[in-house]
Amino acid sequence: MSELSPLLEVSSLSKRFGPVIALRAADLSVRPGEVHALMGANGAGKSTLVKVLTGVLRPDGGTIALRGKIRVIASPAEARRAGLMPVYQDPALIPDLTVLQNLRLTGTPVEAVRRWLSELGMSGIDFGVLTRDLPPPSLRLLDLARALAAEPDVLLLDEITAALPADLTTRVFDVVGRRRAEGRSVIFISHRLAEVSVFCDRATVLRDGETVGVVEPARGAEAKIVDLMLGPVAADVARAEAQRAPIRSGDGPGKSRLEVKNLRAGSMLQDVSFTVRPGEVVGVAALEGQGQGELFDCLAGVRKPDAGQILVEGRATSFRHPYDAIRAGLVLVPADRMQALLRQRSVRENIALPLVSRLTRWGLINVRSERRRVKQAIERLQIDTRAQAQVRRLSGGNQQKVSIARWLAAGFQTLLCFDPTRGIDIGTKRQIYVLVRELAAAGSSILLFTSELAEIPLACDRVIVLFGGRVVQVLPANVADESTLLRAAHGLAAEAAS
Amino acid sequence: MVVGRVAIPFVPPRLVRRHGWTIGVYALLLASLIFTVAIHPTYGAFDIKSLALGALPLALAAAAQTVVVLSGGIDLTVGPLMAVTNVLAARAMLHSNFRDALLVAVLVLILGCAAGAFNGAIVVFSRVPDIVVTLAMSFVWGGVALLILEKPGGGAPLDFQNLAQEATLSPWVPNALILLIVVVAAVWMPLRGSRLGLALYAIGSDRTAAHASGVNVPLVRILAYTLSGVFAAIGGLALTMTTGIGSPLSGSFYTLSGVATIVLGGVSLAGGKGGMLGPMAAAFILTLIPADLIFLGIDPNYGQVIQGIVIVLVVMVGGLAALRRKSA
Repeated sequence: MSELSPLLEVSSLSKRFGPVIALRAADLSVRPGEVHALMGANGAGKSTLVKVLTGVLRPDGGTIALRGKIRVIASPAEARRAGLMPVYQDPALIPDLTVLQNLRLTGTPVEAVRRWLSELGMSGIDFGVLTRDLPPPSLRLLDLARALAAEPDVLLLDEITAALPADLTTRVFDVVGRRRAEGRSVIFISHRLAEVSVFCDRATVLRDGETVGVVEPARGAEAKIVDLMLGPVAADVARAEAQRAPIRSGDGPGKSRLEVKNLRAGSMLQDVSFTVRPGEVVGVAALEGQGQGELFDCLAGVRKPDAGQILVEGRATSFRHPYDAIRAGLVLVPADRMQALLRQRSVRENIALPLVSRLTRWGLINVRSERRRVKQAIERLQIDTRAQAQVRRLSGGNQQKVSIARWLAAGFQTLLCFDPTRGIDIGTKRQIYVLVRELAAAGSSILLFTSELAEIPLACDRVIVLFGGRVVQVLPANVADESTLLRAAHGLAAEAAS
Repeated sequence: MVVGRVAIPFVPPRLVRRHGWTIGVYALLLASLIFTVAIHPTYGAFDIKSLALGALPLALAAAAQTVVVLSGGIDLTVGPLMAVTNVLAARAMLHSNFRDALLVAVLVLILGCAAGAFNGAIVVFSRVPDIVVTLAMSFVWGGVALLILEKPGGGAPLDFQNLAQEATLSPWVPNALILLIVVVAAVWMPLRGSRLGLALYAIGSDRTAAHASGVNVPLVRILAYTLSGVFAAIGGLALTMTTGIGSPLSGSFYTLSGVATIVLGGVSLAGGKGGMLGPMAAAFILTLIPADLIFLGIDPNYGQVIQGIVIVLVVMVGGLAALRRKSA
């Protein structure tokens, strides 16, 4: 029985931030040589649990036992000594130090990092560059290699696959899984049920800071996990909403709301043309770095295109500033929530911010009208406002809702969503996609890039596939299943399309 | 990743790219020296010595400020701490011999170390923003300086003064310059490459990531202020050497001038970026400008105005260069 005795045993851990209870009674038991998933909706307490386990936060109550011995983990350094090594959602690398300096800072053996990187298929990283100059996927893998080089007993991966393309995800699991034989374990946090059911041995599900179940995520258990995550009532609602969401088919009539002609910007975006009609949701599918970032930046007025035209309602426009784009009715919901939000201000102020240019009369803010619009937006999106004093205290999904809610309150014609569901749980994802469909039904146009290809048929009418900065394929969304999109996104469209 | 046409005609080696600003500052220093000789052909060994004497305290004030700013903080006590150590040294060294003066110097350094650590401890444990704490502490230290010596006075043995004032090796290599090089080489160079040095840059660059990387953030912050106190004490001793007396108001100039110097020297006020060599050259440039104005026959009262304009222009040009690199 000794092999089944847990390596890590967490019992009734609790943590509160002022009025917000992040962890109520979290239990977690990880066996040696196990890949253990930690799942839960946004705000369920997953990230808090990881931070407590790795010494970033101190718990208010409960115990952590390693190999049967109760440990107090007071600092990240202590967690490392205890054999708990995290890879956080945001890479913990110092941007102004080189890769080599970062490794020396943590006292990590350089050769071991090189070895793990080459196993991860990333041997090309130059250790002399500043980490701020590395692209996000390389940063994640570097962070992972650094954690692996410390040979931890328990590796904690917080949403590591969110920023990785599919092939790298498989590789990560391949490499991480090999450590099972040595009795080393992995705690894996993800919103992607498919990954969890393929790669994980067991899953602990958290809801509202409490452990609500431990399941073996074999095939067919997905529904059970979702039910556990959402709770009994919410699960039914979510299922009903998903079935109800109407999807428009193919090319409808009507003139174009947004037309892009031969757009080129930088070295990534080469030549892109497409149109979006009123009431239409156009999906953008692409692998990492195929020009989608530049495309959205140009449309949102963040950068100026080198060539080509953007036409709104048939009129040529030239955006010098996001303000111009917003005035033309184009608003952006970025992937990085914090880019758009004022972290330290309240939910109300954040939603009202774009209204400021509209609600003022003789320079005064019309507080009553502001309150009303903000309240409507909050209700419509079901934003959890327990922690509304400061946006930075909200969970990722609720932050994303705030960044959408501000545009609902301000009004727009075209919504540009850049990977709006990155790192967001299923319940919130559904709400966002249902909202997208509702907005389209009310006549808005939506351009939606998502890194999760399986979501495209759920929300879109048409999908354009970018590869090498060009549109390589346009498909009606109802035929755009994951494998078709993946082939096209890898530039295999020419052979695939007859 | 697919990159289209990479048409950058000339990519300078990484060392040059990374230290572009520092190289630029030294080029600017060389250019201002050439300019000085051009407008004042008799510029010679004596002028070099007075330049070094003038730049020494400013360079040390900048060094004190650099350490704290790199760690993501600010230290407004640099000037007043220099005044405290200046008057303390001048009062204790009056009528003493060279050996006693050296002993006093060591005690003063220990005091600077303790004062810096005290500043840092208040900043870390009170959780009051560093700018508020050090502003308040600057009044405290300023008052202490006046308590020690009400008006300029005191003194120091000639041998001690000559540590900075003479030019022992060659008339063209003033002792003040050697002293500065020795101090920076002995205190900063070993630190920069060490784990502690990395931690200093780390907490200035991204405090959350540094914490997650296992850096003891509060301790490193306190050490940054401690080191700043040491540099400020050396600066105070340098004032005693270069002026031969103690003056309780001598330090007031050095807090903000020190900040200006490190900005010109390429240290980011946001923390985490920059080094020690740039600010050292910047101290000489900012000392040379008022001298040049006198040579040109311009009212020295314009000196501050022109200094300010130079700093803004240089930082602006540097910003434009960085912008062009980014879009390239």
